[in-house]
Amino acid sequence: MHVYILRRLILMIPVLLGLTVIVFLIMSLIPGDPALAILGSYATPENVAKLRADLGLDKSMVEQYWIWLTNMVQGDFGRSYSLNRPVLDEILERFGATLILAGTALVLCTIFGLLTGVVSAVRQYGWADKTLTFAVLIGISIPSFWLGLLLMMFFAVELRWLPVSGMYAIYGGGDLPDLIRHLILPSVTLAVVATGIIARLTRSNMLEVLRQDFIRTARAKGLDENRVIYRHAFKAALVNVIPVIGVQAGFVLGGAVYIETVFQWPGIGRMLVNAISTRDILLVQGGVVLVAGSYVLFNLFADVIQHLLDPRVKA
Amino acid sequence: MTSTAVTGPNSNPHTNAKKRSARPSAFKLLARNQLALMGAVILALVVLIVIITPILPLPDPDATDPAQRLLRPLADGHFLGTDHLGRDLLSRLIWGTRVSLAVGISASLVAALFGSVIGIVSGYFGGRTDNIMMRGIDMLMAFPYILLALAIVAALGPGLMNALYAIAVVNIPFFARNIRGVTVGIAHREFVDAAKLSGKGHIRIILTEILPNVMPVIVITISTTVGWMILETAGLSFLGLGAQPPQADLGSMLGEGRKLITTAMHLSAIPGAMIFVLVMSINLLGDGIRDVLDPRLKSGALARPAPLTRIDRTDEGAGTTYPDDTVLAVDELRTEFVLGDDSYKAVGGVSFHVGKNECVGLVGESGSGKSVTALSLLGLVASPPGTIVGGRVMFDGKDVYGMSEDDVRDIRGGKAAYVFQDPLSTLHPLFSIGDQLVEAIRAHNAVSYKDAWAKAVELLGMVRIPNPQSRADNYPHQLSGGMRQRVGIAMALANEPRLIIADEPTTALDVTVQAQILKLMNNLRNDHGTSVLFITHDFGVVSEICDRVAVMYAGRIVEMGTTEQVLHHPAHPYTKRLIDCVPRLGEPDRRTSAIPGLPPAVNNLPAGCAFADRCDRVEEACRVGSIAFDDLGNGHGVRCIKPMEGADV
Repeated sequence: MHVYILRRLILMIPVLLGLTVIVFLIMSLIPGDPALAILGSYATPENVAKLRADLGLDKSMVEQYWIWLTNMVQGDFGRSYSLNRPVLDEILERFGATLILAGTALVLCTIFGLLTGVVSAVRQYGWADKTLTFAVLIGISIPSFWLGLLLMMFFAVELRWLPVSGMYAIYGGGDLPDLIRHLILPSVTLAVVATGIIARLTRSNMLEVLRQDFIRTARAKGLDENRVIYRHAFKAALVNVIPVIGVQAGFVLGGAVYIETVFQWPGIGRMLVNAISTRDILLVQGGVVLVAGSYVLFNLFADVIQHLLDPRVKA
Repeated sequence: MTSTAVTGPNSNPHTNAKKRSARPSAFKLLARNQLALMGAVILALVVLIVIITPILPLPDPDATDPAQRLLRPLADGHFLGTDHLGRDLLSRLIWGTRVSLAVGISASLVAALFGSVIGIVSGYFGGRTDNIMMRGIDMLMAFPYILLALAIVAALGPGLMNALYAIAVVNIPFFARNIRGVTVGIAHREFVDAAKLSGKGHIRIILTEILPNVMPVIVITISTTVGWMILETAGLSFLGLGAQPPQADLGSMLGEGRKLITTAMHLSAIPGAMIFVLVMSINLLGDGIRDVLDPRLKSGALARPAPLTRIDRTDEGAGTTYPDDTVLAVDELRTEFVLGDDSYKAVGGVSFHVGKNECVGLVGESGSGKSVTALSLLGLVASPPGTIVGGRVMFDGKDVYGMSEDDVRDIRGGKAAYVFQDPLSTLHPLFSIGDQLVEAIRAHNAVSYKDAWAKAVELLGMVRIPNPQSRADNYPHQLSGGMRQRVGIAMALANEPRLIIADEPTTALDVTVQAQILKLMNNLRNDHGTSVLFITHDFGVVSEICDRVAVMYAGRIVEMGTTEQVLHHPAHPYTKRLIDCVPRLGEPDRRTSAIPGLPPAVNNLPAGCAFADRCDRVEEACRVGSIAFDDLGNGHGVRCIKPMEGADV
């Protein structure tokens, strides 16, 4: 087991390196001169040249990448020119907010997705199954940014049950209950699509597994039906669903971009959209690397769980 | 072979051909699904409107009119109202839908093509190819994908085409990984190994074995992703990175409308609702397509099998009496599979009994109904589509089909236990064998896990598994076929059953292991006084272990007697032909001849003798009425009007 995790951690290094290369390449394709963008179109050529040298923009691509990478490994992600503060400080601060939002959404979608899928499969073709299947279909068809707006209009603007946006109340907020109140609408909105996807997959996997010979064996042993379904069938189905839950982490982290925009959540997604429009390259690079890196870690985590559950999966 | 017979009559080519004609066409199936039909109608309507948009009498979507700004829906001349520049919302909505739909479909096709090729190649070849390709895919997938799309769009510059490229590229890994997963599952299956061994080339195997099995997944993935792609491009536009003004798609309309949400909610509500309707109708249709493409759904086999076979009896047997020490008595048992309008009489009136400490063999070709008979005994036939329609099964003097589910469950694995063929698929792959034995023990005895584990180890030792202590921790895939079969037997022995129902327990094993297993079963029978019902197609096995034999053909018993009687003096022509199929040691010149023809389809049985078409002694009377089961004396019986007397084999 430890060998497996260690192996996977080592295998992660090239993935992370490749990821930084991709980020770097994509970002260097951005048309226009960042130095010019910072100083504005009235800047003197001398000032532009000086800033280019300061930023290392006059060096070759490989050199630029290497400097960026080695600095990053040492914890120096550079300085954001639009915010005039270290990139690392900014992205870590923002990332915390995103993790709270995405993490909550991921927990919600895992619980409700598995639950919905299993109930649907067990009650196949019954009214519960039909209702849930239809609800799931609505869930995966609805644009999350639109759903967010609707929920916000209804629960926050009309009913005034929940805060409209933000992470904490401006006055007197800041404690956990305040955070939870602010978290409900965005995290539920963010979880809806992923819940639907997990539910569907769980349902079809459960139905698939319930037809297997080993389920017949379990029944032939005289096990009671709950045990057949919730131990034998569910475990076999879960093994196939877990990697997809890992993938959902990506959907949730990515979907956070919309939800953070809709609900003014001070997370990294909203920061990225702003950074792209202000062409704050170092901020974009740093943010993307951090989010992508954490997603790689999360997938590793999902693989390890699958490995624990399924002795047949080899490293 | 028998395991296919269990799932229904699919193993029989005749019935398959018959079934295909009886099955409704794909189109009818799709039309029968009301939700899919609804989706198709809405989508067709949207597509139609989108196609004829240029000739519709709509105002220019970009014509501004400051005097008419922010009109509510149903205003004069503006059915859906106007936006902040006074542009007609209905016109903008229809033009926007046109853009969103086109972009979503294009992106989906591009992603599907590249993704499928990568996924199949990677999953099929495995090893280094797989590793390198999947590392590449991992790198792309390491990005939460909207993030990558954002980065690409940011680099290429905002714009609709760039958004299309970004969404397509970002979805390639999704297709690739999905399809690789399915391919890996198939690439290790027996039929692919068989194709490899038969010398087929890689490309041919991919095209003939892999692709047909993966294709439904590709189509399903496309039909689900078209909806997503529309959502995602709309999302990019919503963030201001897709369609740029004055061009508008549904996402950018929603994005603009959002800024005025508290003053004019219809500006965001309407485009959002349109995206929702569009994606929902595509998904409804996609689900319908998925259901039609999934062949298992058509036969109803994907339906969840009930814990107990459905019982809907028209009779409760002939009421035959059996000797006092009878453990199991089967009286005119009839089991049918109902598929569509057809019913397949897999078991068409079977009667036999098993006495204490007796071993009775049930012999027949694949599809003769012997396995279905065995599974019917304790209601383990998958249902739907199986139903027990008549007869009676008496276990220890009680009618099994009259019992509650709990009582039947009590017998299962308790007083009567099954041993199945192919224990790789019949043992749970994710639990250790010790754990599975413990479960069997604890299902019928209130003992602690620890005590049950000790008993499990003891059982493994009893079936001669070396190092049972450490073997108990193994998973089924870590054992050889023979060992797994021993585990299956150990599991059956867990609660000292009075009857073991062994369904071809030696068929998947090689001859030496087969001999060991038979010896083991014989010993256990002698030591514990257990009765055995032994299902097999192999007369060699029968002669080694059975006291009495019943020969089945097309769902009925055609001959029954002691092993001596049936093997050496077969009375039914079918039995004789079956015995002739077995090669014999020391008689190299003896002709072993296959029986010409195939058994009749059990949904279309002929009148008279079912074997008539294949019998060389057939005469007119054979094809009339129902042939009775005649007693030849000394417990030997035959279902033939012209039994072969004294035939000596």
